[in-house]
Amino acid sequence: MKVHFRIRRYDPEKAPKPYWQDFEVEVEPTDRVLDGLHYIKWYQDGTLTFRRSCGHGICGSDAMVINGRNRLACKALVKELGSRIVVEPLRGFRVIKDLVVDMEGFFAKYRAVKPYLITRSPEPEKEWIQSPEDRARFDDTTKCILCAACTTACPSFWANRDFIGPAAIVQAHRFIFDSRDEGAEERLAVLHSRDGVWRCRTVFNCVEACPRGIDVTRAIEEVKRLLLTRKL
Amino acid sequence: MAERVNRFAVGSGGWELASWYFMRLSGILLLGLALGHLVIMHVLHGVETIDSAFVLGRLANPVWQVYDWLLLTLALLHGFNGLRIIIDDYVHASAWRMTLQSIGYIAAFLAFVVGSVVIWAA
Repeated sequence: MKVHFRIRRYDPEKAPKPYWQDFEVEVEPTDRVLDGLHYIKWYQDGTLTFRRSCGHGICGSDAMVINGRNRLACKALVKELGSRIVVEPLRGFRVIKDLVVDMEGFFAKYRAVKPYLITRSPEPEKEWIQSPEDRARFDDTTKCILCAACTTACPSFWANRDFIGPAAIVQAHRFIFDSRDEGAEERLAVLHSRDGVWRCRTVFNCVEACPRGIDVTRAIEEVKRLLLTRKL
Repeated sequence: MAERVNRFAVGSGGWELASWYFMRLSGILLLGLALGHLVIMHVLHGVETIDSAFVLGRLANPVWQVYDWLLLTLALLHGFNGLRIIIDDYVHASAWRMTLQSIGYIAAFLAFVVGSVVIWAA
């Protein structure tokens, strides 16, 4: 089928402003948006720039705004979108070129919540034991692939770029509620700051945007409730 | 970069936690108080029968004084706290933010004083 791609282009070395460019591409209905972008880059315009790595919805490289919604180009099928597909870079980040955005600040916030297991107890002889129930407690937030679809769908983040954002909170949740972890206090201190969880207005855009189906808002509210019950 | 990360370590989160909890509690209370007010003033009594004598008669009863004062105070604080959060979210220039927040605090305080005087002096 013939698909009309309309892509938001930007190359600060050539023109100071972004512009729209149109492409006609012949694809299968079962193809992904990523296939269309590849076709354009390989056969029509080699200057089109975008990130992608695994191409199978796991690496989190190719999140972009497709037909107005944050999606992974490698998971969005052409047949679900129709014959007119509009592609833009993620909102709220500085655009470097075309669909490539600057994610430095995003990863700085990720690092701020210390996304690794912190333990103080003496190491066990073998592995740290965890019951299936304890493992299930944070199962949902282990699914995050750091694609930034949630954070760049968040109006609180658009309004205030200092907001730590849903992705970093999800990553913190994954360790705070892990029975083996002992670093919750350090993470909660970060999330309890002025630009931490309290900037969340429960808009639910993150839940809608997450390509992994994580209940992002639920995770954020669980952190808020933990902060509250700790205090009371 | 380090600076960027460190800013999350300093927090005024206690205030934000209290504000968040207050919004939820006052929201629940206001739902009951406002609906009760609506029923009394617009369902049980028609607007055409409500005059200053009716209002003064109700406010002579301490129960309604407390009721009305709670409704007024919670609605005021709930509303102005919402405004404070919106200003915090959208006004980034510190001079503007301080000016607008100050106006908000003063207006909330004045409205609180005037409203309280009206209810308790009635």
